[in-house]
Amino acid sequence: MTSTRTMTLNMGPQHPSTHGVLRLVLTLDGEVVVKCVPHIGYLHTGIEKGLESKRYQQGIPLTDRMDYLAPLSNNLALVLAVEKALGITVPERAQTIRVLLTELTRIKSHLVWLGTHALDIGAMSVFLYCFREREAILDLYEAVSGQRMMSSYFRVGGLASDLPPGFEDAVKAFLKTFPDRLAEYEALLTANPLWRQRTIGIGTIKREEAIALGLSGPGLRACGVAYDVRRAHPYSGYERYSFDIPLGKTGDVYDRYLVRMAEMRQSHRIAGQALERLTPGPVNVADPKLIPPPKPLLKRSMEALIHHFKLYAEGFSVPAGEVYHAIEAPKGELGCYLVSDGSPRPYRVHFRAPSFVNLQALPKMVEGRLVADVVAVIGSLDIVLGEIDR
Amino acid sequence: MSDSETRTDSREEAQAESLVLQRLREQCGDALREVKVWRNETTVILSRQDLVRVCRFLRDDPDLAFDFLSDVTGVDRLKLPQASPRFEVVYNLYSLQHRRRLRLKVRVDEGEAIPTVTGVWETANWHEREVYDLFGVPFEGHPDLRRILMPDDWEGHPLRKDYPVEASPRWWEEEPA
Repeated sequence: MTSTRTMTLNMGPQHPSTHGVLRLVLTLDGEVVVKCVPHIGYLHTGIEKGLESKRYQQGIPLTDRMDYLAPLSNNLALVLAVEKALGITVPERAQTIRVLLTELTRIKSHLVWLGTHALDIGAMSVFLYCFREREAILDLYEAVSGQRMMSSYFRVGGLASDLPPGFEDAVKAFLKTFPDRLAEYEALLTANPLWRQRTIGIGTIKREEAIALGLSGPGLRACGVAYDVRRAHPYSGYERYSFDIPLGKTGDVYDRYLVRMAEMRQSHRIAGQALERLTPGPVNVADPKLIPPPKPLLKRSMEALIHHFKLYAEGFSVPAGEVYHAIEAPKGELGCYLVSDGSPRPYRVHFRAPSFVNLQALPKMVEGRLVADVVAVIGSLDIVLGEIDR
Repeated sequence: MSDSETRTDSREEAQAESLVLQRLREQCGDALREVKVWRNETTVILSRQDLVRVCRFLRDDPDLAFDFLSDVTGVDRLKLPQASPRFEVVYNLYSLQHRRRLRLKVRVDEGEAIPTVTGVWETANWHEREVYDLFGVPFEGHPDLRRILMPDDWEGHPLRKDYPVEASPRWWEEEPA
């Protein structure tokens, strides 16, 4: 009788293909993964704890640091939850700008996913191309907020400021070139025999398993489940946009790739519609208890001065109660659970981070497969550790 | 999916919410401690011994079909007006088929365990570990109850309200100046 000896391999936390500081303890039989145990928490920064000690508007920059590839989506989840608790809706223009920018964010996030995923599997050039397009979106971010990555542009009650002059033309220029560029990347990969060999039939997960594990976003849709928060529970006016929900069939790495590629096209479509819908108007609610008055007014109006002072000294309070608001972030359902005790600081904020939940499916996807497949599967899950560890 | 798909408006949603509560009252009426509706969101408070039974019913009943557990988290009620029982574990449920949300809550005091729902929804595994790690609420029957975000040898539970925001871990303080 031959005895089987297994080997324990520590993959990460400093391993380029784990996309951050993910550590996997793999039990190997030869090259086959027998068991995979993820260890997380290396990037835990106590964002939820920190939010409890900050006023509502002050908490927004903290959320940027969760999924740092899609900061505006995180902002949106928080501000929508607070707005729901306050019972307010922001003006149409603010909603449209939010949709436009979060769809650009989706493209930006998916571009980093595509570049790094391809790099992991061995296609170097895709990475360089993707970062070229991403840079164009980061320039747009910088134009609206002054920051390339940690933009914190959304506010409870609207936006930090209106769009700068020339912004719409810059977006138009980007949207014009993007479809051709995307077609180039697809030409590099979709029919590439090496790419197909590394991705088809790898990391497969069944529809029922995916639902039981709470998978959301492209990972769930690649199994054929048409769950997209933008369609199921429209927010920020998504019910007025026409777009399709790309679906996969088998739920393998290749399907997740196809779904995300198609999603970038849909985001491009939505962004184009948002540009058309952009009409002049206010970008903030007309409530001086939430939004600071315009600076010149402070010299003329005593009420404006009082509002300004109160807002910066105390902030605003949110009625006591609790809400859960979910949005469709690039990685999946990003939910914000907010408990207010009626004070100007949240009593408890919790983020349902899609990467956290999606990563839980990893052992199921890789056990019984080769070590090299682990790299392909992690790439296809599109995790961001900042969001997992919070 | 096509663009023309119909969506329920808020009035229909409100009716659907009451359908959920109606079914729950019929089948598990004895288990419902309290029901709250705020901002169109329904919250049902249960006692811990009824949790798994109600969850299983909510998942398996075809009219409800809460097959997707979005989220599990905790709240330390220490600084709320009614601070007892101290902890609240919150389950945000979703039905993919009916597009409905429902929130369940269980309240426990320090040291009391909550039965795990990993047998109903597998995804609860990591969520419950997170609640255990950050609040110190144990889950009975959990297959792998370890800390998840904090180091294994960490002392204290950071999201408790009596845990300071700026706490120095002991190993840091012992470091020579």
